[in-house]
Amino acid sequence: MSSFFHSVRLDEEKCTGCTTCIKRCPTGAIRVRNGKAHILSGRCTDCGECIRVCQHHAKYSERDDLSRLSEFKYNVAVPAPTLYGQFSNIEDTDYILTALKRCGFDDVFEVAGGAERVSELTREFMASDKAVRPVISSACPAVCRLIRVAFPQLIPHVIPLNSPMEETGRLARERARKVTGLADEDIGVFFITPCPAKITAIKQPICLEKSYISGAIAIKDIYPALLKNIKALKNESPESLKSAGLIGISWATSGGESAALLRDSYLAADGIENVIKVLEEIDNEKLNNIDFVELNACTGGCVGGSLTAENPFVAKARLQQLRRGMPVSGSHIGEGENVDDMYWQRPLTGYDIMRLSDDISEAMSMMNRMEEIRAKLPGLDCGTCGAPSCAALAEDIVRGFAKETDCIFRLRDQLDAPLFKDIFPAPFRKPEK
Amino acid sequence: MGIKLKYEVDGEDFTRAGEASGDIKKTLKKLGFPPETVRNVAIAVYEGEINMVIHANGGEITADLSEDGITVVLADKGPGIPDIGMAMKEGYSTAPDNVRALGFGAGMGLPNIKKYSDGMEIDSVVGEGTTIKLKFLPKQ
Ligand SMILES: Nc1ncnc2c1ncn2[C@@H]1O[C@H](COP(=O)(O)OP(=O)(O)OP(=O)(O)O)[C@@H](O)[C@H]1O
Ligand code: SF4
Ligand code: SF4
Ligand SMILES: [Mg+2]
Repeated sequence: MSSFFHSVRLDEEKCTGCTTCIKRCPTGAIRVRNGKAHILSGRCTDCGECIRVCQHHAKYSERDDLSRLSEFKYNVAVPAPTLYGQFSNIEDTDYILTALKRCGFDDVFEVAGGAERVSELTREFMASDKAVRPVISSACPAVCRLIRVAFPQLIPHVIPLNSPMEETGRLARERARKVTGLADEDIGVFFITPCPAKITAIKQPICLEKSYISGAIAIKDIYPALLKNIKALKNESPESLKSAGLIGISWATSGGESAALLRDSYLAADGIENVIKVLEEIDNEKLNNIDFVELNACTGGCVGGSLTAENPFVAKARLQQLRRGMPVSGSHIGEGENVDDMYWQRPLTGYDIMRLSDDISEAMSMMNRMEEIRAKLPGLDCGTCGAPSCAALAEDIVRGFAKETDCIFRLRDQLDAPLFKDIFPAPFRKPEK
Repeated sequence: MGIKLKYEVDGEDFTRAGEASGDIKKTLKKLGFPPETVRNVAIAVYEGEINMVIHANGGEITADLSEDGITVVLADKGPGIPDIGMAMKEGYSTAPDNVRALGFGAGMGLPNIKKYSDGMEIDSVVGEGTTIKLKFLPKQ
């Protein structure tokens, strides 16, 4: 486990060490040390859950801003379909796309368009003998990273296709090269992102040598400028920029990717806890009768991303409105087109963060020690030690990165002062008569 | 050196069925048993655990884990199985309608336990209970 890039970061200044995030992290990747909630690099999937739960805004996502456009001669914005759900009273996505272009871009290319092509290729893949049922979507990078650290045995189920974001980035680059004659390094392609997971996927792709995307701008960062530009458009007609239909736009919400497959046997789960439950079910061979499993780390799908501006349920309702009257699909794979570039360049590789040791007998003695330690801990799961639970502290101790006296109760027990032993914190006090 | 695990299975609460097999699975993963072994144990023990809840009003599961193999014993004080040969047949089930409505009762549990384990012994006395002993050999 060498160097992992993570977009999710801690602002130490703001962190109070309150321990809220350590308990909510789905992979148990956060520990409070010296009063600050640090992220264990190998375990983090950049799902953004800690950003959502921190009341002190101490967890944030590393991201780009519009100043980066100056690095390139020609810039293309590639907006996630989630963007369209952020604004009220819009009947035509061209208003949003035009407003986006006027933020300083030379062109816009909808990720919804790339998504429609990915849907077409997925349909083809599902009908081939390469499909390991149930086939798991690879579009959400937080889910891919979760699978690699916690369910590596399920990797063969994951569909080996690039995400709509990458497919769109590739197409956007191709078009920009054609239109401008510029070299790749002079073309900036910026993803308008709902989440930190996508940013991580851009900076450190797992299944591509290099991302087609140059940078990522958070939806909530560009939102104010977009609002202003949309207002300014009120008395004009927008440019004609859209290319996607309702299939592409549906990818923003949970179930959209599945519906586009035009088959009934699918399951769509959203929210990281639900995703974990479904992966367990697949692992236990309980879902063998299902063809396709769509998993989104965020509640409601990408509309629930932690870098969006609008409530996910409101965004979903708006997308439903927008879809009315749209063609089913606006982007297609051409007859006889070579689609090799739509597949991964290298496989998803697993590395197991769960196992205690590579040697089973060593792992067993570690586990027995863990159990002995845990039996002496109070079972309060209070988090004061910096670990999410007493069991997690026991594991940390055995793994060698915590000590028993990190638990305030164990510290008390070891103090050689009889007085302390009679002081009981509230949870242990006997009811007074 | 080995690990012993023990679980009481509540016969009243459907929603908790699967907790014991889930925990055994998690433990095996932590210990680094091969994925195939982990999966086989998880599937077989889950079926046994569900049977305990549906047919026997709960019971007890113990697991002995060692490098050379895994032994799981599922013991209950339920009604017992009158004809084990019959019960082992694919499709044989006495599950009542309310249980079938939940998706159980295909009569595949016991056959699957046999399929996924490397050894299965059933002891059952009508009116006293059922004990199923399962063996799993670690494979790479
Ligand atoms: N622990 C048990 N106690 C009493 N009877 C049992 C027990 N386990 C299984 N049986 C009997 O054996 C039959 C077959 O069990 P099996 O697990 O194969 O199928 P099922 O539980 O009925 O359905 P399924 O497992 O497919 O949901 C059961 O219907 C029941 O009559
Ligand atoms: S939730 Fe986590 S990051 Fe935020 S203040 Fe509390 S400990 Fe620090
Ligand atoms: S569900 Fe969508 S928004 Fe959320 S992490 Fe996955 S890709 Fe990002
Ligand atoms: Mg059964």
